[in-house]
Amino acid sequence: MALSVIARLEPGSRAAKRGMSDLAIRNLFIIPTITFLIVFNIFPLLYSLGYSFTDFRASTNAPAKFVGLDNYKFLLNDEFIWRNFTITAKYVIISVTGQVIVGFGMAMLLNRDIPLKGLITTLLMLPMMLSMAVVGLFWKLLYDPSFGIINYGLGLGKFEWLADPDVALYAVALTDIWMWSPFVMLLSLAGLSAVPKHLYEAAEIDRAGSFYTFTRITLPLVAPILMIAIIFRTMEAFKTFDMAYILSSQPTTELIAIRLYKMAFLEWQTGQSSAFAYIVLIMVVAITNIYVKYLNKVKER
Amino acid sequence: MAGIRTRREVFFNRAAIAGVMVALFIMLVPIYWITSTAFKPRNLATTIPPTVLFTPEISPFVKLFTKRSQLRDPVAQEIYDAAPWWEQMVFDGGQKVVRSNKGVVRRSGYGQRFLNSLIIAITSTFLAVSMGTLTAYGFSRFKVKGEDDWMFFILSTRMLPPVVVAIPMFLMYRLVGLHDTHIGLIILYTAFNLSFSVWLMKGFIDEIPREYEEAALVDGYTRMQAFFKVVLPEAMTGIAATAVFCFITAWNEYAFALIMTNRKAQTAPPFIPSQIGSGLPDWTVIAAGTFLFLLPVAIFTFLLRNHLLRGMSFGAIRK
Repeated sequence: MALSVIARLEPGSRAAKRGMSDLAIRNLFIIPTITFLIVFNIFPLLYSLGYSFTDFRASTNAPAKFVGLDNYKFLLNDEFIWRNFTITAKYVIISVTGQVIVGFGMAMLLNRDIPLKGLITTLLMLPMMLSMAVVGLFWKLLYDPSFGIINYGLGLGKFEWLADPDVALYAVALTDIWMWSPFVMLLSLAGLSAVPKHLYEAAEIDRAGSFYTFTRITLPLVAPILMIAIIFRTMEAFKTFDMAYILSSQPTTELIAIRLYKMAFLEWQTGQSSAFAYIVLIMVVAITNIYVKYLNKVKER
Repeated sequence: MAGIRTRREVFFNRAAIAGVMVALFIMLVPIYWITSTAFKPRNLATTIPPTVLFTPEISPFVKLFTKRSQLRDPVAQEIYDAAPWWEQMVFDGGQKVVRSNKGVVRRSGYGQRFLNSLIIAITSTFLAVSMGTLTAYGFSRFKVKGEDDWMFFILSTRMLPPVVVAIPMFLMYRLVGLHDTHIGLIILYTAFNLSFSVWLMKGFIDEIPREYEEAALVDGYTRMQAFFKVVLPEAMTGIAATAVFCFITAWNEYAFALIMTNRKAQTAPPFIPSQIGSGLPDWTVIAAGTFLFLLPVAIFTFLLRNHLLRGMSFGAIRK
C-alpha cells in the first residue's frame, strides 16, 4: 500500500533518454530502504499488536487465548505500573534538568577566548560517545561505598549511593548527567556562536547589565536549539534501559523500559508486555512528533 | 569583540578558563579511573585511599583473555618454573592456580565477544550507510510525494525503544531460527542505523550543488554514472562521518544484544557486565575489558570531532 505512493509518476522530470530513467533510479534507491524498515520495524509491531490482545506466554507451548482489552485494562489499573511511570517521570525531570544546567553552563564558559578550545571540547564530548551499559558498569566502581573514589573525593565516608533505595535514582540520574551534559553543551555552543555579535555590542553601548543581556539577547536566541536538546534528551531519558538496569536493581529505579524488559523476558508475560509496549510506543511517537516539528523549525532558520 | 578589553572582561575570561578546567577534570576523572584500574595489580584496585601512582602492569589483560581454574593450594615451585610467562604472570598476581592436563590457562569468552562486536558492527554499518546514502540521494534530488511524511516515518523507526521492538522480533527470530546469530543482530542494527544514516546523508548530499551532476549529464553521463562518479566522491566526508556514527551506535548497543543473543553471537556490551557475577569481582579485569572496549570509540570520537554536532542532531544543525 505504501509503496504505490512513491512509485507514482512525477511528470516533467528529466525523463532519461539513456540509461535508467530518473524515476527508476529514484525508486531503486528509495524503495529497498522503506521496505526494509517496514519489514523489520512496522511489521513486528503489527505482529505484537495481535499478541497484545491475548494471554500468550512465549515460555510455554500453550496456544494464545484471545482476551480482548483485558491486558490494557489490567495495565492501566495496575498501581505498580503507575509507580514505574512516576519513577520514570522523576528520573527524566532530574536528569534532563541537570543536563541543561550543567551543559548550558559549560557552553557559556566555553563561549569565550579559551586556549585549546577545540581539544577541550572534544575531550568533553567523550562521555556521551561511550556505551551506556559499560558506563553503568564502571560507575558502579566509582559509587562503591567502601572504595569508590566519589565517596573518597567528596569525603562522604561510606555513603550508600546504590544500595539506599531513596538515593539510587539520583545516583543513576547523576551518571546520566555526567554522560549527556556534553550533548546539551554541544548544541548550546552551536546556538551561542550563532548569536550575532553586534547585538552584544549594541547592548554594551546601551549600558545594559549582564543579566539583562543574558535574558533578553542570549536566552531567546539560543532557546530553539536548546529546546531541541531538551526534547531529544527527554525522549532518550524516557527510554533509558541499559545504564539503569546495570547500575541498580532497586525497585525505586525500575524505569518503564526495565519493567517492560522484566515483564517480557523474565516473567514471560508476552501478551501483557506487548500491550505495555504499545502504551509506551504511543508516548514515544508523541514526543518524536514534537521533536521533528522543532527540528524542522530550526532547520528553516 | 573589538580590541578594547576591560579589566572586568579579563577577569571573567580567567574565571571561565578556571571553570572549564574544573568541568574538564570532573568529566575526565571517571574515564581516567577506569583506564588506570585496567593497569593495576589486583590488590591496588580497591584501596582506601585510592591508589593513583603505581607501576602499571598488563596482568588484568592477560586475565581478561584467559580462564583459570582455581584451587586452594599454592603453586609448587616446579610448576611455576615450567609454566610459560603468561601463566607465571597470573601466579605472580597472587592467584592460587593448579595445572590441569589442559594447562592452567584457557581462553576466556572475551575474545570471541569482541570479535562478534566487530563483525556485527562493521557489517551493519556497511549496510546501513550504503542503503542510507542511496535513499538520501533519492530524497535529495528527486521529487517524492509526501517527502516530509516519509522522512518522519524513517526517523520514527529509530525513536522506538529497543525493548518494544525486541518483543515481537524475539518471537519472530525464534520462529525462523535467527536467535543468537550474527545475521539476526546485523539485521536489527542495520534497521536501527538506517534511519539515522538517511537523515544524516540527506543533509550532506543536499549541500552538494546540483550543478555538478547537471554538468556531468550534459557531458553524456547517465544519471547512474553521475551519481557514482560525481556525487559519491563529493559526499565522501559525509559518508565517513555517518559510518563512524553508525559504527559507534552498533558497537555500544546493549538491549537488543542482551535479548537476542546468549552465547554464540553475543557482543561485548552484555558480556562485560555479566562477568561481575557474585562475590567480590576482580575490578582490574572488568576495567581491562571496559578499556579495550571503549578505546575504539575514543579514537573515533577524536576523528569525528568536527561532525559531532551534525551527527547528534540528525543532520539538522550544521556548523
